[in-house]
Amino acid sequence: MDKLVLKGHEFESRLLTGTGKFSDKNLIAPMLKASGSNIITMALRRVNFSNPKENVLNYIPKDVTLLPNTSGARNAEEAIKIARIAREAGCGDFIKIEIINDMKYLMPDNEETIKATKVLADEGFIVLPYIVPDLITAKKLEEAGAAAVMPLGSPIGSNKGLQTKALIEMINENKKVPVIVDAGIGTPSQAAEAMEMGVDAVLVNTAISTAEDPVKMGEAFALGVKAGRMAYLSKLAKTSKYANASSPLTDFLFRGEK
Amino acid sequence: MGFYSVVKEWKDFDFEGYFSKVTDEDVVDSIYKEHLTEYDFLNLLSPIAKNHLEEMARRANEIKTQHFGNIISLYMPIYISNFCTNNCTYCGFSKKNHIVRKHQNLEQIEEEAKEIAKTGVEHILMLTGEAHGLVTLDYLKDAVKVLKKYFNSVSIEVMPLEEWEYKELVDIGLDGLTVYQETYNEERYDEVHLSGKKKDYHFRLDTPERGAKAGIRTIGIGPLFGLSEIRKEAFMAGMHLKYLTDNYLNSSFSISLPRINPAEGGFQPDHPLDDITFVQFMTAFRIFQIKADINISTREVASFRDHLMHMGITKMSVGSKTDVGGYTENDPSTCQFEISDNRSAEETIQAIRDNGYQPIFKDWEQIK
Ligand code: SF4
Repeated sequence: MDKLVLKGHEFESRLLTGTGKFSDKNLIAPMLKASGSNIITMALRRVNFSNPKENVLNYIPKDVTLLPNTSGARNAEEAIKIARIAREAGCGDFIKIEIINDMKYLMPDNEETIKATKVLADEGFIVLPYIVPDLITAKKLEEAGAAAVMPLGSPIGSNKGLQTKALIEMINENKKVPVIVDAGIGTPSQAAEAMEMGVDAVLVNTAISTAEDPVKMGEAFALGVKAGRMAYLSKLAKTSKYANASSPLTDFLFRGEK
Repeated sequence: MGFYSVVKEWKDFDFEGYFSKVTDEDVVDSIYKEHLTEYDFLNLLSPIAKNHLEEMARRANEIKTQHFGNIISLYMPIYISNFCTNNCTYCGFSKKNHIVRKHQNLEQIEEEAKEIAKTGVEHILMLTGEAHGLVTLDYLKDAVKVLKKYFNSVSIEVMPLEEWEYKELVDIGLDGLTVYQETYNEERYDEVHLSGKKKDYHFRLDTPERGAKAGIRTIGIGPLFGLSEIRKEAFMAGMHLKYLTDNYLNSSFSISLPRINPAEGGFQPDHPLDDITFVQFMTAFRIFQIKADINISTREVASFRDHLMHMGITKMSVGSKTDVGGYTENDPSTCQFEISDNRSAEETIQAIRDNGYQPIFKDWEQIK
């Protein structure tokens, strides 16, 4: 399969996963293995640097790329501080900007996200901003130096799939950096649907980590993502409201038949 | 006017009449609705909803897993002063009670903090009685500063403060505020609060809102079950939660369902809340307000707490001591109320794991 490229870094898998909601952190490694996912996000606010037994970093295999996120940040300033703490703590240069100031629906604040992206990209971070799908925001983020944009498929935790499809399509059609659909994807078929649209990757957390068998579910998502990508690359047949006869109806005109 | 306008709106509502008309179909409908109205919440609190307890519990757990994951956040309380100038009939710290009083200085607070930090829990709730002149804003600020050295998140459960006072605490890193209304019934409130500043119903009612305006990030509310008619109390607490959630998008809110436990002074609740109704209320809160945290303290017994883990709760206190100096001193002061889950922090944490949940020690990155 073709590779996902984020600011020059290549990844085999187009499925990004998360660490947050597992019942047992020991499930993370086998899930990563089964799903082939090689980027995993984790909330820095949950990382216990001082407590090795509780430190989630110790449960993530070394060959997987860490994508610390700034969840808990309510504005650009806090997100920037969290990103710097993450880098200093040895979590690498990747950072997912998550700025949420609405605790009722958990919608990201696009404006603050653009500000934080600019500062952090200038500092050499590989910035992946999580946004409400909006073309103008996506363009401003590209300008600000984002390595990708991460529009939400539907509200966090809703498992409703691609409710924002039309908006994501606009971003995807005009993209200069990869588009990664984040939040809302609840089933492998929804992941496949997103990939068929031609987005570059999906991030799935809740649907895997809270499944009864997260390892098997990780594999199921990997297959969904692969199927969707293959379908996209092989150029889907056009859909139509009406049936298409497989042999054209007007062909006879050109073959001189009556 | 604040939340009091909502209290007034429901003051003359015929709860009994409404409950008597709720049908099984209404309850089931409300359990599975995506956006619940106040009336759906009433349906879930109604006596007839007890017929659907299992369904409510399953739905509550499903909602919790979907929105929070398989996790339970931990916190520990620390009592730093049990002096009180108020007289609340149901509380062991009431000024009329002759109990062993203690008030910790900063060194003592630091010693306790070190002891608690050994458990690995990084969220702390600091409590005091309401002793004006002794527990001052400066004392609280100094105490918060000490605790911030050891814990990522510091919350307080102290006397209600003014908005500017909360702001000063937020500026030095306070994250959380807990303030229970005790009872939403204004007349009853007056009866059980005999004297002291706490007598002011309105000042207390508006406290969570002042905290939210001051920028406190997580705010816990709740009624104290036992003081007044339980269904009305649960309902008004739900309305309070909804009011705050709708008006203050940048704070998150949690609900607790404390029940009166034996305390010094021997208060007997005249509206007891039994276990079945407790579970009904708890799951009703989860279904009504999906994003709210639900918090279970060590007021409940260990086995009950273990069962509750599967019904939508997101927060638990562990290893609690409700006496001042309880973690370090051998002759501690008198406690506020008797705790029922006497397990150590480690034992409770193991129980959380055994029940299939991940205990969260830290859910906050200290950036102040
Ligand atoms: S409930 Fe609070 S204010 Fe009332 S007596 Fe107890 S400690 Fe004092």
